[in-house]
Amino acid sequence: MVTNEVVLIGGMALVTFTIRYSMYALAGRIEFPPWLVRALRYVPPAVLTALIVPAVLIPTGETIQFDYTNPYLIGAIVALIVSWRSNNLLLTIVLGMLAFWGWQWLIAAIL
Amino acid sequence: MSEIALRSSQKTTGSLARTEFWAGARDTIPLIIGAIPFGLIFGTLAAPSGLSFPGALAMSAIVFAGSAQFIALGLLAAGTVWPIIVLTTFVVNVRHALYSATLAPYVKGLPQRWQIPLAFWLTDETFVLVANHYSRSGSSPYRHWYYFGSAIFMYLNWQLCTFLGVTIGRLMPNATAWGLDFAMPVTFIGLVVPYLKGRPMLVSVIVSSLVALIAFPLPNQLGLMLAALAGISAGLIAETRQKEKAE
Repeated sequence: MVTNEVVLIGGMALVTFTIRYSMYALAGRIEFPPWLVRALRYVPPAVLTALIVPAVLIPTGETIQFDYTNPYLIGAIVALIVSWRSNNLLLTIVLGMLAFWGWQWLIAAIL
Repeated sequence: MSEIALRSSQKTTGSLARTEFWAGARDTIPLIIGAIPFGLIFGTLAAPSGLSFPGALAMSAIVFAGSAQFIALGLLAAGTVWPIIVLTTFVVNVRHALYSATLAPYVKGLPQRWQIPLAFWLTDETFVLVANHYSRSGSSPYRHWYYFGSAIFMYLNWQLCTFLGVTIGRLMPNATAWGLDFAMPVTFIGLVVPYLKGRPMLVSVIVSSLVALIAFPLPNQLGLMLAALAGISAGLIAETRQKEKAE
């Protein structure tokens, strides 16, 4: 483990534990302003989306590939539909991966 | 108290605590099954993202925060410097402050030797179960054993799956060619979709997507932070407007 990793993991652990323990330490004596409580609910979907979209649409890290030759896009669309219809995480991952692999194979076979 | 009465009282205490513990463990089983692919994929993605074998195990053991760990891998793979990753971890995990605030009234009477590990083990999954349990089960003094039962199995499962992922990942040296780099976005899609209920959430995600694409060329994953903040603000504004309209 390189030094950088020790600092990184230590920092992540410290930040995460501090957040989790913060309110136990304060024992519920302070209250969040209501706007902040509402804002925090958007954190997970907003952050995750900000990671998903470039990974799917800019898979090479260079240009946007918004067409059928991009298996990441096809896999993501399938995962989106499966997750929406089934609300089953495991099924979403399995079918999304299968669609991605299948499409990658098809594109390689045809083009 | 006579010796027999004392012994019998200790036995009752022990069995009540045990009952709570196993109830917590049992209720956590579906969530453990749901977490297995995450742990495996996290372990598998660690090496291709540039995180070492001990680094992956240590991150699961002492950070213990699924989505933050995944995001850290994504950022590492993109060559992000550590202060940005720690800052992103803060942004991603700040929701735990709300969980902590919700459970604080129930755990504040416990000694530090309970509060500290229970805080460390606070996850989305355990939070949902424990908050439900506290809100329904009267005033049993052993409910922290339920929390403990849920948390410890989530934790052990995460360690085991990370280990298996790291070792299986090593058997498949070219995980990227296998398309396992798609496992992270596909897992995140499965996490995001359940949030997409109502107009404000949709607005938030659409704005986040657009800003993420536009701001992608910025250095140090600055685009990610901008996209997240824009998405959060947009959701909040949409929610406020929706409420104003309703009034």
